[in-house]
Amino acid sequence: MALQENKSSLEVIPRNEEKIKKIWKTALILLVLTSIEFFFAFTLPRGILLYLIFVGLTIWKAKYIMMDFMHLGEEAKPLFYSIVVPLIFLVWLVIALMREGADIFLLRW
Amino acid sequence: MSTTATAVGLSPKRGIWGGGNEPLKASYGKLMMWFFLLSDIFTFAAFLVAYAAIRVSYPGYAGPDDVFVGSNEYWPVPEMVFDAIPFFHGVHIPLAFVGLMTFILIMSSVTMVLAVEAGHRNDKKDVVKWLLWTLLGGITFLSCQAWEWSHFIHGTDGGSMLTYVNRMGQVVTETVYGANLFVNEYGPAAFAQLFFFITGFHGFHVTIGVFLLFLAFYQAAVGVYERRGHYEMVEKIGLYWHFVDLVWVFVFTFFYLI
Repeated sequence: MALQENKSSLEVIPRNEEKIKKIWKTALILLVLTSIEFFFAFTLPRGILLYLIFVGLTIWKAKYIMMDFMHLGEEAKPLFYSIVVPLIFLVWLVIALMREGADIFLLRW
Repeated sequence: MSTTATAVGLSPKRGIWGGGNEPLKASYGKLMMWFFLLSDIFTFAAFLVAYAAIRVSYPGYAGPDDVFVGSNEYWPVPEMVFDAIPFFHGVHIPLAFVGLMTFILIMSSVTMVLAVEAGHRNDKKDVVKWLLWTLLGGITFLSCQAWEWSHFIHGTDGGSMLTYVNRMGQVVTETVYGANLFVNEYGPAAFAQLFFFITGFHGFHVTIGVFLLFLAFYQAAVGVYERRGHYEMVEKIGLYWHFVDLVWVFVFTFFYLI
């Protein structure tokens, strides 16, 4: 116990209000983007344009979460790229499976 | 910690990847959390892309939204399926409840960043406070999801008249209420199957996140991290928690909006 008492109490660094303000600003941006999605969901007709807006806003939100909340941008460049570059495979997956689904549609209906 | 553990300087003979250096400048735990999350991104992406593929293989509901009737012949309109909120039985309030869930999860992500930020400053009081808020957000989200599932499974008062192959292999035409893995009143069987698997897999992640958050909250509160000298565990659990929020952003768009 005595050992633990000796080692306790790290030095507490005071709050950096600037940093905390930035976190809340990001939160506000995320909420505004979500509200815009809601707004479009009820005002625009369903179709390719609406879906593209949704996907665009979603990727924009994802960027804020990964860069500002998960601090991926502050990591070393090799780490950053080893996380982001493999996601390029998803582009192929989306194209391949959407094609496949569209062809199943033609066969089935 | 990366800064204290590396005493080895950069050797010009061996170069940066020659060993003894930390080229990625991150601890083992943080690196592995990132690579785990990368693999998890692929799992969730596979789920969501499968959703998209199956969805385009069915015709979408083409009529006006307000007279929507569930049928296994076409894919339903999400805002007509997810239109219930607790205590307002039978009232059509499209997407409000799932919007609330999104809000709760984003806010719990914000309180998590604040906890991580407090951890960088070794501020035990702030870490404990923000972790508790995050934990509350996570539990609230899970409770909302439990209600959402319960409502989805039990269905609406009217149900839908469907012709389908039942579990005995017979073709039957009857009113179906709610949803299970065989048939559901909203759309094709795949609709409910994907709902259960995608939101269920996400909810499973949130559940694990809540356990981890409780662990971090408890250990921070009793001073484990203070004795350890750093709050990196909060940071790693924070990465996981933000990932859960990130996935929800995508699930929300692809399942509830499109």
